[in-house]
Formats: sequence, C-alpha cells, structure tokens
Amino acid sequence: MTSTADAPVATERGVAVEFRELRRSYGNTHALDGLSLALRPGELLALLGPSGCGKTTALRLLAGFDTPTSGEVLIGGRDVTGVPAAKRDTGMVFQAYSLFPTMTAAENVAFGLRMRKVGPAERKRRADELLQVVGLGERGGSYPHEMSGGQQQRVALARALAVSPSVLLLDEPLSALDARVRVQLRDEIRRVQLAEGITTLFVTHDQSEALAVADRVAVLNAGKLEQVGTPQEVYAHPATPFVAEFVGTTNHVPVADGRITPGGETRQVRPEGLAVGVPDGLAATVLTSTFLGPVTRLVLTTEVGELVVDATSRPGLPAIGDPTRSPWPRSDSRTQIQRLAGNGLRPPRESLE
Amino acid sequence: MSELLEAPAAPPDRVRPTRSWGAALGLLPFVGYLVVFLGGPLFFVISGALSTPEGQPTLDNLVASVTSPQYQAAFVSSLVLSAVTALVGAVFGAFLAQAVLTGRRDGPLQRIVSTASGVLAYFGGVPLAFAFIAALGQTGLATAFLRGVGVDLYGLGFRIDSLTGLGLTYVYFQVPLMVILITPALEGLLPQWREAAENLGASAWAYWRHVALPVLAPAFGGATLVLFGNAFAAYATALALTSGSIPLLPTAIASALSGNVLANQQNVGLALGFDMVVVIAVVMVGYLVLQRRAARWSAR
Repeated sequence: MTSTADAPVATERGVAVEFRELRRSYGNTHALDGLSLALRPGELLALLGPSGCGKTTALRLLAGFDTPTSGEVLIGGRDVTGVPAAKRDTGMVFQAYSLFPTMTAAENVAFGLRMRKVGPAERKRRADELLQVVGLGERGGSYPHEMSGGQQQRVALARALAVSPSVLLLDEPLSALDARVRVQLRDEIRRVQLAEGITTLFVTHDQSEALAVADRVAVLNAGKLEQVGTPQEVYAHPATPFVAEFVGTTNHVPVADGRITPGGETRQVRPEGLAVGVPDGLAATVLTSTFLGPVTRLVLTTEVGELVVDATSRPGLPAIGDPTRSPWPRSDSRTQIQRLAGNGLRPPRESLE
Repeated sequence: MSELLEAPAAPPDRVRPTRSWGAALGLLPFVGYLVVFLGGPLFFVISGALSTPEGQPTLDNLVASVTSPQYQAAFVSSLVLSAVTALVGAVFGAFLAQAVLTGRRDGPLQRIVSTASGVLAYFGGVPLAFAFIAALGQTGLATAFLRGVGVDLYGLGFRIDSLTGLGLTYVYFQVPLMVILITPALEGLLPQWREAAENLGASAWAYWRHVALPVLAPAFGGATLVLFGNAFAAYATALALTSGSIPLLPTAIASALSGNVLANQQNVGLALGFDMVVVIAVVMVGYLVLQRRAARWSAR
C-alpha cells in the first residue's frame, strides 16, 4: 500500500474519520480484512473497487448499520464502533429509491430535523434553503414518484445535509442514473461538498467517477486496501498490479532497449503512452476504432498481442482493417518511457529497475 | 443507406399495439363464464328485487329490505360482525406476517406460515363450524381443558353459537387471509427506508409511525376491506354454527328465499341480495381506490 501527498481540501465543518484495523467476516468470508484508513477533515475520499471488494461494508460500518468483527471506527477522534446509527451524526445518500414515498421533497428534507424536534417554521426554512442549494427550489411540494431519478438523488443529498452531519456518506449515489445526469449530479455533489466543507466518503465502482470527484482515492480489493492517494497519483503511480489494471486501461508491453520487442521485459503502458504511424514501428492491424471525441481509441493486433492506443482524433488515422506501423512508445528511450509514464502510467517500481 | 436514415421512425408513444382477433377469441370462455355466473345471477337478483311475485315492477321489496326491523337487525349484525372480525383479523394477520418476515427469508418458518395461510384462509364453511364446535362447544376439547385448569368459558357467558363465538370462528380464516394479502406490501418496504430513517435519527417506533405505516396504509386498508367482504358474504359457517339463531344478512336471505319464516318473501330475499351486492360493490370500489394509491408508492 502506498500513502500519499497532501491534497487540497475544504475544512469548514469537517471532522477526521478513521478506520482502525477493521475486520468484518461473514462465516469464512472476509468482507473487510484489516482496513486502516483515515479521512482528513473536510476532504472527499472515494472508496473505489470492484463489486464485493468490501467498500459498501466499510461505509455501512461507518454509518452504524453493521458491526465490525474487530477493529474501531472513529469520528472526530471519538470511538463510535458501538454507537447506534441514529446517534452517529452522519448523513447518507443511498444508491437509489431511498426517499420516503409518502412525503413530499420538502418533507423528506425536513425529516431529520423533525426527528430532532426542530420546530415547523425552522424545518421549512432549512428544507427550502437546501432544496435551493441542490437546484430544486421549485419542487418542494413534489412527491418522489413525480420526480426523475436525478432529482430524487438531489433531494436525498439535501435530506442528508439538512441535519448538518459531521460526515457525509455516499453509497454509489450515481449508479442508477443515466450518463448525462450522472456527470451533472457528480459535479453538483462536489460543489455542495466543497461549499459545506463536510468530510465525505464516496463509495463507487466507477473509476472515472472516483478520479473526477475525489480529493483522494482509496482502492480496495478483496477487503484490503491496495492504495490511497490523489487521483493523479493513483492513475500515474499505481502501487500494485491490481490498481494498474483496475484504474484506467493498461497495455502489457514487452520492451527491450526502449523499443517494443517480442520477448522483452514486460512493462505496463497506458493507451495514451503509445503512438501509431511511427515509420519504423511494429507492424499492426487495426481491429477496432472508437471515436471518443478528442481521442480515438484503437485496438491493434500485433505480434506481441492486442494493444490499446489512444490517438488524437484527426483525419488520416488508420481505419478498421488498415495495416499501420506501430504501436510504439511515444519515445524509444528508457528515460522517456518513464517521462511518458508520468502522463499515463509509471509501471510498478520493481519492473522499472 | 441515406433513405434508411431519412425514413421517419414512429415515436414509441405513438406505436399502437396490434389488435388480434385470434387473441380476442381466446377471451371468449372467460366472457362466457362472467355472463353465466356473474351477469345472469345479477340480472336475476335485480329483476326479482324490482318486481312483485306476479312480475309487476315495484320498489316495495327494496323498501322492505331496509325498513323491516328484522332485516335491519340482520344488517347491523352482519356489519358489526364483518367489521370487527376484519379489524381483528387485519391487525393480528399483519403482526403475524411482519413477525414471519423478520425471520430468515424463505426460511422454514416463513414457508410453513405461508403454506398454512394458503390452506386455512379457505378453510371455512361447515367443516370449520364443526371444528370449532368440537373445540369450543359446551363439551368441546378446548372447553374441557380450560375447565380443567380452572377457566369455565361457559360459566363466563361464552357460547359458541353467539355473535362472539361466530366472530372467533371467522377470525380463524380472516387472520391467514390477511397474512396472504399483506405480505407482498410488507415485503415492499425497502430496507433503505429504514436505514435512511435511522441515519436521520429516527427510532424504530418513529420509522414505523412516519415512514412504514403511511406506506402500508393503503394496502392495509384495502386488505381490511377484502376481509370485511369475506366475512359479510360468509354463509355456510354462520348457518352451521348458529342454525340461523343470530340474524345475519346471508342467513336472512336464505330464509326469505326458502320461505322458512314467512311465505311469499322470495322477492324481498332478492332485494336483500341486491342490498348485499351494493355493499360488496362499495367495498370493491374502496379496495380498488386504495390499491391504486398503494401502487403509486411502489411506482418508484
């Protein structure tokens, strides 16, 4: 596991959160296997990993919906491991459909305040204010079934924030939404989180979501922490082969003397670390070509296997079935491979040395 | 290629399902069933209720069916018996269903209760009446057992052929019917509602009061109405248990139609049947309204 450099975070209201040697077992299955992780006050940390890696278990242990087999959960330096969920002072946004269906948006937002015996006038004021914050000031009287999925999740965010929690927990809040709404709401969550300065744990299996929204990303695999770092660090300097594979796309390229050479030492190179059309490059044929806007992703067949290359979209790029020369590291020097890796991927240290 | 691209595609909401006469023909047996077993008897009841024995049109039968003291008493007894057993059955059935669901999903308890409910909900009529007579009659097994431990049911005023005894017997099939009806609604309560409420500081009671019960209310109300209708129309159990000693609408109808008490009351009996149809229709409309409301909450 690699830890990281400082990340810029807001700290208006945030508190520190810490998992200490947290374990959660179900029979012989270890959902979490000694997780130790600290969230800094006011930061947004994305817990990233594949299905079943234990990320939701960690979040539920923090929320108080589950009890660890061993280990401790601390919020603001206080051990809350045995504290009931209702008394943990956390706000949570669930994956989907968690709004109370018989209540309007405003009533949903005000629910936590009602439980805290806040008066009706203050509840209404706070609910209106938060619905404005999430851009739904006009929808306070709407019921959940009258709103889109994105609107419902905005209300859920406002509801979680209404009680001014110490920690905000987001359990894959975007996964049930379509792509366009997902990006909008992702940015909205980040904007609100920064404005509130609240310590936030964002659980997701979507690496692009995690890299885009988080101050730091913690990658989890099989109940264990693989790496925690800024999005740039995790992408460019994966600490383990799992992180390199899970975060971004990786080519396994045999390299000798700085050139792609069959039988050479295997290096890991991001698609943007390879180029096509290099005159004396490796012979290749375009298998698929996918236009992604600024770049076009080419899958090439070569004598060293299939390679993925992201080329700047431009006229004259080889089409499907075309022969081409390359792929080729953007530079053939060892030093420059490392430099290029800084733009894409630095292979695990042991493979460089 | 360009022609294909330019060809306007019908928007999905304007696509009409094609009508197939073959498929419509498949409905004929069901329509025939409705006409013969629902439409025909209904027509017979309504036409008989609105005519004299000689076939002349009249409203006298309907007037008599709601103004005669003996029929009013039957109405009141039926309404009270149905309402009380529906409420008791609904409350106990809902608690039982929730208790079962709290256990392991598809565990043995859940499967046993589910199967038993399916059987017991339809265990009515003469067999049920005799089962209760054998258990709680004056010389019944349960009565004897209770007497042995110092509880003399009949000394306390209980009688199996009283309204209380009849109500107890009805509850026997009302509770399992409620379990069948309310279980899907209870299963529809999403775990994240409870967790969200808990996360926002709600106690278990606050969750039930503010979140779960409002969601369940339409389904609970609808199921209670079905239980009401179920008890209101029950005939064989009441007749076998009380031999008509308690005035109830179904037994009053039977007496009027058979001329057991008074001669030439057949058309009044049909008018009583018409009154019963109206009550059941109101119950069904209420049920449909509540079902629609329940479906709205689940149309997430």
